[in-house]
Amino acid sequence: MTTALALQYLVAGLTYGTIYAVVGIGFNIIYNTTGIINFAQGEFVMLGGMTAASLHRLLPLPLAVLGAVALTTLVGAAVELTFIRWLRRPSVLRMIIVTIGVSILLREAALHLWGEGVRSLPYFTGDEVTALELGGARVSPQVLWSLATCGAVVVALQLFFHRTRTGREMRACAANREAAALCGLATRDLVTLSFALSAGIGALAGCVVSPITYTRYDIGASLALKGFTVAILGGLGNAGGAVAAGFLLGTLEAFSIAVLPAAYKDVLAIAILLLILFLRPSGLFGDRELARLGAS
Amino acid sequence: MALLEVRGLCKRFGGLQAVQDVSFGVEPGTVKALIGPNGAGKTTLFNLVSGVTAPDAGQVLLRGQAIQGRPPHEVAALGLSRTFQQIRLFPGMSALENVMVGAHVRGRAGFLAGLLRLPSTWREERALEARARRALELVELGHLAAAEATSLSYGQQRGVELARALASDPALLLLDEPAAGLNVRETDELARLIGRIRARGVTVLLVEHDMSLVMQVSDEVAVLCFGQKIADAAPQAVQRDPEVVRVYLGEDEC
Amino acid sequence: MPRARHLQLALLAAAVVAVQLGADAAGKPFWLTQLTMAAYGGLVVIGLCLFMGYAGQISLGHAGFFAIGGYTAAALTTADLTPRRGAALVELAARVHLLTLRPDLYGGELLTVRPWPAALAAVALAALVAALLGVPVLRLKGHYLAMATLGFGTVVSAVVVGTEGLGAADGLSGVPPFELLPGLAVAGGAEARAQNYYLAWGLVGLGMLLLLNLVHSREGRALRAIHGAEDAAGAMGIDAPRAKLRAFVLSAAFAAVGGVLMTHYTGGIGPSEASVMRSVRYVALVAVGGMGSLWGTLLTGTVLQFLSLRGVFGSFDDAVFGATLILVMLFAPEGLLRLELPAGLRAALARRRPPPAEG
Repeated sequence: MTTALALQYLVAGLTYGTIYAVVGIGFNIIYNTTGIINFAQGEFVMLGGMTAASLHRLLPLPLAVLGAVALTTLVGAAVELTFIRWLRRPSVLRMIIVTIGVSILLREAALHLWGEGVRSLPYFTGDEVTALELGGARVSPQVLWSLATCGAVVVALQLFFHRTRTGREMRACAANREAAALCGLATRDLVTLSFALSAGIGALAGCVVSPITYTRYDIGASLALKGFTVAILGGLGNAGGAVAAGFLLGTLEAFSIAVLPAAYKDVLAIAILLLILFLRPSGLFGDRELARLGAS
Repeated sequence: MALLEVRGLCKRFGGLQAVQDVSFGVEPGTVKALIGPNGAGKTTLFNLVSGVTAPDAGQVLLRGQAIQGRPPHEVAALGLSRTFQQIRLFPGMSALENVMVGAHVRGRAGFLAGLLRLPSTWREERALEARARRALELVELGHLAAAEATSLSYGQQRGVELARALASDPALLLLDEPAAGLNVRETDELARLIGRIRARGVTVLLVEHDMSLVMQVSDEVAVLCFGQKIADAAPQAVQRDPEVVRVYLGEDEC
Repeated sequence: MPRARHLQLALLAAAVVAVQLGADAAGKPFWLTQLTMAAYGGLVVIGLCLFMGYAGQISLGHAGFFAIGGYTAAALTTADLTPRRGAALVELAARVHLLTLRPDLYGGELLTVRPWPAALAAVALAALVAALLGVPVLRLKGHYLAMATLGFGTVVSAVVVGTEGLGAADGLSGVPPFELLPGLAVAGGAEARAQNYYLAWGLVGLGMLLLLNLVHSREGRALRAIHGAEDAAGAMGIDAPRAKLRAFVLSAAFAAVGGVLMTHYTGGIGPSEASVMRSVRYVALVAVGGMGSLWGTLLTGTVLQFLSLRGVFGSFDDAVFGATLILVMLFAPEGLLRLELPAGLRAALARRRPPPAEG
């Protein structure tokens, strides 16, 4: 493999890694405030990409993306308000099944709304053939858009969780929900916010990568699985870990195409997931205590 | 030889030395109580003996066989049975079925035998059921065998738990604060029940808060304070022990 | 208790006969075809019910076990070994009567594995995979177990679609009838429709008998105890990981048996049978039937699968199962039918419930 080719794979890996990382972060946000793993996380990405593609027929690109993110954020909040909010102390099994049901409904709604066709947004700058020369590899500017967006999301979330009052409240909620409730924090609203937030960032990622990876009504399930792999690999609840793990998984996948049939690409992610679950459920960067609590 | 022998047991959680070099023995056929103020390490010691946690150092010998660090289900199979401080009955199952689970180690029918319901299986099943009914009779709850266990009153649930622990005919019965949440009358009944259990030759190790119960039923009492054993003698002797009195009257740190 | 079980099975038999007579009288004998398929789907669902409802675990990969069963049976009974005649393994298999010669569609002859050894191999393979997967995975709980089994299901689905030898997107077809006993074959076709209907439901009855036996046995009680309070079960001498593993392997074997029989009945299998959505559907059927009720699961499982096969839900098929799943989990987590205990008695018992223990 030449250096240029290797770089090409690396770039492709980083692009996919961006979505995996953002889905992983989405898992983490909801997990941190509720202890729930939201199996519908991948559908938020799909909704973002699909909605933006539809809106773009009427609106200029920035407005279409903005609108798609706003709409998906509302969907995220609506999911929490409709299905999660009024359950009192539900069992883990029950929550898993409810969010799986939600993911199916979102997917089926998308199927009936948009059909089975593949959609995508146009390239944000330039087009398919525009490329920057980077050490012999050709890099689409859209890849840079993806990486920049991912970076911006992580930085914005860090600022939000550490610098704003609401963000700090959400962290308190994560540390101990009952204590937070006793302190008078409206934990229920914070949970709604966490669903809205993770839906919003999922949608944003869905828009940014849409020109390269395309969007279809059924991409959610595999994204959820990979996002979960990334969240676990990075240590559940650890945003920085999720980013690192996302890029790692994306890159591994990209390079695997060189040796494995393309149909088996998904198998790699799952093999990693199973391996990490067996060997180190706390993840590569996570602390063991958290994983142990999460596991019980 | 003591039925249960604990030698130099130590357990540390982070910076807290929960149990420090504790040794004691329980003679066959006796009732031994483990008492101490809150945070003395009673529960930790209980968990170390029953296999829930592994000790940092020391040994737990049941009939001379080392059992420390072995998982609870293996410890149970060796003849050590327990109840829980917070009642842990199996929901959705009748009182009788709960107690039959307690007799699990007394059966050997496996998965395949269960699927096929072989004659040997249902004979064993009937034996387990008879054993469970006897245990329920012992705690005077035979009439509630068919009721869903978690629907019973608190005192009755405690009784079912005891029956469940007795159904395997254990060599050693571990009771974790059995009087917690019981009223005076129910505690008296419990004391009589422990007497009956002892009379059947079952050795009992009891962790308890309720002093009157402990003094009533125990042959020997060990006192823990801050993870260390400070006394180990007959109840009357322990009651007169100046150090124990000091700890319990709270005059001083131990 | 065994008497109650025999009565229930007799009721099942009566209902099966009544439905057949009803379908005949209504002039809709072709319903029996879908009811037969629903019965084989029912085998998957009752097996999963043991694992979810009684052992309290979750598997989002049961379509994978169904597919391992179906595809193995299909591959072994359709792959022509004629070109490999002379290979030591093929000769050995032929010598111990594992192989059979049968005419193919074009008048030629095929040398394939007989259905019986193929079926046994299929179920054994599913059980083996379940065991290998279960040892590490069953240490995990909740989300982790769900994701790990979902991952397993996805792998099976991806492998099936991506493998030419398994027909890729088209699946395998031309699977021969499966002669269970002389004169009694699992086969499609109108002439043997009623016979196959009774055969399928007879097998469901047998499966129910086995599972009902199990849940009322020593190991079955152990499973229910693990579900209720795993630590207490351990203190009673129950080796929880081992019991869960056995339940998992058994329920995978049920799914594989369903897959084998369905494949022989319909003459083929396609990748949609291995899809993750199919696994979710099995979970939905168990949930609707009431997690801990084999009879409820069998009833709702076969009725809903029958309606789905009849195309009643149209293009909303998956949506119906998704919505059902949510509604049941939100409003009736114990299932729509709680057959084991009438509601009045349940309420009366609930009133006497003591305050929950703290901590």
